[in-house]
Amino acid sequence: MNNYLRKFYYGDIPEDKAGGNIVSSEAKSDWPLWEVFIRSKQGLDHKHVGSLHAADAQMAMENARDVYTRRMEGVSLWVVESKYIHASNPEEAGELFEPAADKIYRHPTFYDLPEEVNQM
Amino acid sequence: MKQVLIDYTLHLADNSLILGQRNAEWCGHGPVLEQDIAITNISLDLIGQARNFYQYAATLIGNDATEDSLAYLRKEEEFKNCLLVEQPKGDWAQTILRQFFFSQYQYLLFQQLQNSKDKQLAAIAEKSLKEVTYHLRWSSEWVIRLGDGTEESHNRMLKAIDELWKYTGELFSSTSYELQVASDESGVDTSKLREAWMNKVKEVFSEATLTIPGKTLMQTGGKEGKHSKHLGNIFTELQYMQKTYPGCDW
Repeated sequence: MNNYLRKFYYGDIPEDKAGGNIVSSEAKSDWPLWEVFIRSKQGLDHKHVGSLHAADAQMAMENARDVYTRRMEGVSLWVVESKYIHASNPEEAGELFEPAADKIYRHPTFYDLPEEVNQM
Repeated sequence: MKQVLIDYTLHLADNSLILGQRNAEWCGHGPVLEQDIAITNISLDLIGQARNFYQYAATLIGNDATEDSLAYLRKEEEFKNCLLVEQPKGDWAQTILRQFFFSQYQYLLFQQLQNSKDKQLAAIAEKSLKEVTYHLRWSSEWVIRLGDGTEESHNRMLKAIDELWKYTGELFSSTSYELQVASDESGVDTSKLREAWMNKVKEVFSEATLTIPGKTLMQTGGKEGKHSKHLGNIFTELQYMQKTYPGCDW
């Protein structure tokens, strides 16, 4: 049986394939990985912007503030420890997503919109 | 009175510039990537404060004074920063503890200074206070993490306290220019901030399982231009370009 709940996230990249050795491997294994979400303006959704290492939620929040909001990117932050995110298996991308590719009738593009409705 | 206000403004500017420069030494050397960015963010906030104060001092001085001439061309004995900010960055514990001591001081100072009769100083204090509030939050938390962390981090904090405590007294021993601007209600008499500062430090230290040292002989003089050898070391980097290539520009 396929393991649908296997996790795929940045932290899965093996150490020997990782890029520049900025963070010591010791610190990397000590501090868990967190995913960061930012709401750029009131009324918009929180969007995933990246990840970081932190010892706990409070440090993750401050690291997220320091690393991801230095250029006025946001008005609200979410952080969630990466291990709580379940990701789809990239090997199953075919069966999961390709069937949608030839069903263009699911897009609302087959009728004319009045000009006043310009944000669809 | 004007000279006193200039001295006071330069004192505020020098404090921020020198600590900003010290913290910038971590750039590319932070213990982890995220903290490297955090400490250099703080560094940039401090240098931003320094620019605001220097620009104001330059308008008070007039002639050809600019923020650059005040930062790059004055001599060591003309700098009025406290001794605490010029001390070496040391290890992470020492940098964190110094930031905590200084941010707690700046926080109390700017809270008062935003009510200054001098509109410009009040505006700079108000703007800086938000940054300082974050510096204080960040550094307090790190003091607790390290103090109440592992045996090694705890010991390093003890060493940092031993190294830095003797420079905290100067923050609250008011110089004559501070007293004069305070009497005019354009500045703050920092000796009145000591109790609030001590209470807050005690609070954070007790959470961090650290204790405040007993009676210590305090080192002073920086605010009046009598510096440790460490300021000269900063200058060899900070002022190198302007001294080697006078008037050089981007």
